[in-house]
Amino acid sequence: MEKALVSVTGVDKPGIIAKVSTALFEMNINVLEISQTILDNYFTMLMIVDVSNVEAAFSDIAKRMDEVGKQLGEVVSIQRADIFDAMHRI
Amino acid sequence: MIETNEILQTMQMIHEQHFDIRTITMGISLLDCRRNTDAETAEYVYEKVTRVAKNLVKVGEELEAEIGVPIVNKRISVTPVSLISGKDPLIIAMALDEAAKQVGVNFIGGFTALMHKGSTRAEEILIEAMPEVFAKTERLCGSVNVGSTRSGINMDAVRKMGSVVKRTAELTADSDGFGCAKLVVFCNAVEDNPFMAGAFHGIGEPECVINVGVSGPGVVQRALMDVHGQPFDVLAETIKRTAFKITRVGQLVAQEAARRLNVPFGIVDLSLAPTPARGDSVAYILSEMGLEMAGAPGTTAALAMLNDMVKKGGVMASSSVGGLSGAFIPVSEDIGMIEAAQAGCLTLEKMEAMTCVCSVGLDMIAIPGDTSANTISGIIADEAAIGMVNNKTTAVRVIPAPGKVAGDTVNFGGLFGYAPIMKVNNYNNDEFIERGGRIPAPLHSLKN
Repeated sequence: MEKALVSVTGVDKPGIIAKVSTALFEMNINVLEISQTILDNYFTMLMIVDVSNVEAAFSDIAKRMDEVGKQLGEVVSIQRADIFDAMHRI
Repeated sequence: MIETNEILQTMQMIHEQHFDIRTITMGISLLDCRRNTDAETAEYVYEKVTRVAKNLVKVGEELEAEIGVPIVNKRISVTPVSLISGKDPLIIAMALDEAAKQVGVNFIGGFTALMHKGSTRAEEILIEAMPEVFAKTERLCGSVNVGSTRSGINMDAVRKMGSVVKRTAELTADSDGFGCAKLVVFCNAVEDNPFMAGAFHGIGEPECVINVGVSGPGVVQRALMDVHGQPFDVLAETIKRTAFKITRVGQLVAQEAARRLNVPFGIVDLSLAPTPARGDSVAYILSEMGLEMAGAPGTTAALAMLNDMVKKGGVMASSSVGGLSGAFIPVSEDIGMIEAAQAGCLTLEKMEAMTCVCSVGLDMIAIPGDTSANTISGIIADEAAIGMVNNKTTAVRVIPAPGKVAGDTVNFGGLFGYAPIMKVNNYNNDEFIERGGRIPAPLHSLKN
């Protein structure tokens, strides 16, 4: 399984999860785990997703996430989860 | 499963603490490019470099986007040019510079001569050509190895390099002697260093290889904030753990880059490399340890510990460690070092002591333009002696900025930063330098 991390940060407002999940669904990306916190109205959401069944290139997924972020007025990015495994797991 | 706090920690390292992969450097052998004339050799060099490194920048950018960690520089190192050049090394230098522009790397290293025991005619010609080469090219870097623990110090080379550095500065006077920023004089130069300006592809290396240099002084500094006031044991452990994490990412990027470029993975260089950005400074780590500024009494001890712990943490995180692997202490490229030099807390002599315990030497130090060639040779000889006796790599990259005096400032821009002109001890050493010959290798070179 190829895992990636989607991170969303910005001001909290309705529809963030809906919009991001819809975009992921349309690209055939499965969400494995979601965690979300709000600190002083500052929204942070982390989603671990499975990108193994995606046909699009990784750069296209990243572009799509960026567009979703711009529509929402949030910062949305996606990166491969390898870096977290490398750094925190032996 | 990865935990949220671990994800956030990694993201903070990248976004707030300037953690990055400093360089992916592709080493390319040019030994098969040598032809009857330098002009023909230059053609083959250009063809090979542009062919082999065609995808280097593209793959670097892909990795950067996918893994989510900045890869600041994509670079190339090549076989020391003096091994393939004849009477006209300039034409090969121009070809390398053009090739670097063509493939989009910001630097290409290897205009190099290894003359620690003696010099060939090609090497003599090459070092004489250096001032003109560094004035006429933009992205080419070079180095000269003047000594080694096994062979001693070639004092003829040391004498010549003093005036080569001087003339390089004069020919690039319009940019405050910037040509000298592209020229390193080494003792015990290493063959797999990915960092500029001293990178070259040694003759013991394979046809092509990927070496990676990581960086994260800001990450180490931040980690030390959490152990404020704790004893050295705790400090050491914290540095080790942080270095481990940083290096693991370097290993990941190196392996992935090697796989995608279909080139063997060489080494990860564990050096802590600063940039002029605030919060990306090795000197600030020393301050975090409890010194008012770099240069205060205790600095050498602090640096010795930092250097050793970075190695101990990093070595387990990578399958192959190499290059220079130590904390860099350039002046112009480190905001904390710049401040300490400006305040007068950091002197050339203190820096010399610091180079005994860390990588790599007197680096990116601007000195008065009227410093004599022999004085520069003397500085080179002192550094080479430290390297030779301590079995480590040392280097000198000083910039005698034309027309500038101690207290002035020179600005090189970008990653090269800016630097106050540091005072140099000008007492005469002409007779010493002009002796020439070779300082024999130390007793401990005889290990067999």
